[in-house]
Amino acid sequence: MTNTNTGVHEQATQKKEAIVFEQPYIGLYEQHHETIKNHAAPPLNAGRDAEFKKFRNLGFPSSTLENYKYSDFRETLSVDYGLNINRMKFPVNPYNVFKCDVPGIAAYLYFVVNDAFYPVRTEINKSLPDGVIIGSLRDAAMEHPELVSRYYGKLAEKQSDGFAAFNGAFAQDGFFIYVPKNVVLDRPVQIVNIMRSDVDFMANSRNLVIAEEGAKVQVLVCDHTADDVRFFSNRVTEVFVGENAVYEHYKLENVSKKTTDVSTLLIKQAENSNVLANIITLHNGITRNNVEIDLDGEHCETTLCGMALSDQKQALDNFTSILHNKPNCHSTELFKYILDDEAKGGFTGRLYVARDAQKTQAYQTNKNILLNRTAKMRTKPQLEIHADDVKCSHGATIGQLDEKAMFYMRQRGISEKEARMLLMYAFTADVIENIRIDALKDRIKMLVEKRLRGELSKCEGCSIC
Amino acid sequence: MLEIKNLHATVNGKEILKGVDLTVKKGEVHAIMGPNGSGKSTLASVITGNPAFEVTKGKVIYEGVDLLELSPEERAGAGVFLSFQYPVEIPGVSMVNFMRAAINEQRKYRGQEPVSATEFLRLMREKKELVEMDSQLTNRSVNEGFSGGEKKRNEIFQMAMLEPKLAILDETDSGLDIDALRIVANGVNKLKTPENASIVITHYQRLLDYIIPDFVHVLHDGKIIKSGDKSLALELEEKGYDWLK
Repeated sequence: MTNTNTGVHEQATQKKEAIVFEQPYIGLYEQHHETIKNHAAPPLNAGRDAEFKKFRNLGFPSSTLENYKYSDFRETLSVDYGLNINRMKFPVNPYNVFKCDVPGIAAYLYFVVNDAFYPVRTEINKSLPDGVIIGSLRDAAMEHPELVSRYYGKLAEKQSDGFAAFNGAFAQDGFFIYVPKNVVLDRPVQIVNIMRSDVDFMANSRNLVIAEEGAKVQVLVCDHTADDVRFFSNRVTEVFVGENAVYEHYKLENVSKKTTDVSTLLIKQAENSNVLANIITLHNGITRNNVEIDLDGEHCETTLCGMALSDQKQALDNFTSILHNKPNCHSTELFKYILDDEAKGGFTGRLYVARDAQKTQAYQTNKNILLNRTAKMRTKPQLEIHADDVKCSHGATIGQLDEKAMFYMRQRGISEKEARMLLMYAFTADVIENIRIDALKDRIKMLVEKRLRGELSKCEGCSIC
Repeated sequence: MLEIKNLHATVNGKEILKGVDLTVKKGEVHAIMGPNGSGKSTLASVITGNPAFEVTKGKVIYEGVDLLELSPEERAGAGVFLSFQYPVEIPGVSMVNFMRAAINEQRKYRGQEPVSATEFLRLMREKKELVEMDSQLTNRSVNEGFSGGEKKRNEIFQMAMLEPKLAILDETDSGLDIDALRIVANGVNKLKTPENASIVITHYQRLLDYIIPDFVHVLHDGKIIKSGDKSLALELEEKGYDWLK
């Protein structure tokens, strides 16, 4: 009897605690949903109430959920973040204050400040090939409502994730990239997300990328923080990759320790398309990446990889899903973590192979190095294979630096510190090799080396990291 | 150059070296032979400072300094080189970066300037020829995917690059066919000067046909039980080790 009572009491407490986090936002939406909608655009509002209801049911994910058991958001969700539903302008000109310097990359460069696309101030758009649209999602939804409506929310609405639903309810803007049929973008598109606020702040941005049949586009998303307050970014990116299209997505995170970042990347691939997603976390606070790649046509190629260098109390959880829905597709997944101090890492590699997805080839690897006893890594391959003629493999390791290799190098005169550096750098080499933009690859090599040496880990020009 | 006195060492609490005495002078070649498990590789590991081994007693004096007080990299900087019995594969670290780091860190230890890029490339080319090493190998990661013979050749190549004062060759002949053995031995002989010395650890007399030792020592159960000139090696080849016990 006593036990039952305790159980009920605990349940009640948990539920109460959960409501505490969500309640202010639920109240905010109920009171101000008209304002939110007025400052967005009809295509973005179509499913907004449904997403809100979904969020109200789901709440923010807690670590009691199987899919979130490596993440803990309780502390960061207790912060009283401000939201900018009235779309006030933040006093910052990123073109002046920020130089995310990747020498030689010559990218089409754009900024998103918090959750608002920053007006383009350069001539760069004029050099875009005909038909290509890059800009604010809100503006695109006003100017090209049919195009945006055809795609917006189509991947996100299928998710049953509290953060994604929250984003669907609150997001008003973000970036939009449209590359029409057979257009090849000669230069990468670089989107720099800058968090800028004098008070603790939450940004919900929504991004949409459409690469039509035969198109080719490389997108580099850099996450930065410009102030020393608590930030929470909750971003959802939907990407539609058409037949024979090639899409590359690089996420380079270099944000302050006080930042929580939840990024959802949803990619749908049509027949014969080729996708590379590379998620690099150099410096962060608490990060959760939800990546889902849906192979919805035959002969798709997918490479999903990532790496993390974490120390102090940084936490990173990559939750990935590759869905082989059609036959004859090939996917490779590779994630590597180096964790020091009290850093916490999580990796989940879901691999789903549908019943008729014969001749699937899917290879998954997660390797981790813990530099001391207080760092923690939790890794979970999760294969669900319904077809019988497939080649699938998975492997996960957690270990320390190779002592034999250390001694070998020291015997040649290389100091212990330098030998450790070289080994850690080597450990990340195959993820870095999966960058197909040479200028970016060189830059990442340099940033990784600096990070490993404990020197600055931020791009030059970034004021806070 | 090297003076080892009553050296005792353990690994995982088990005593392997039980009082080794050995003196090596400039210009000399010493061969250490002995059956499996006698402590030959342990001796090499202890001289070079492998942290897996613990010295419990004795001294190792190298050019007047207590070698046991130095870290492995300091010993390397002071000119001690080990050709590993099992060279380690280091995926992701290129031979070129590895070699450049090794040379420059050793130079730094000796208070010398880093080697210039052109000088470094010239050295690489010259030393590769010395051991007849395939040019492609230096473009790869350290020892990764190298055959057994290539790994051993790579050890001698590194030795040629680093020009040590005291080289310890641990079973450099194992896993080598006769041609590779000749090339490796030839490399070692070309590197010999009146100023440096080497300790050649081997199982078989075969290598000593190519590298002629001044002294041959038999290590058995953690102690040197017999020393002699090169004829001792031939005698061991004929009679085995049993007659010495």
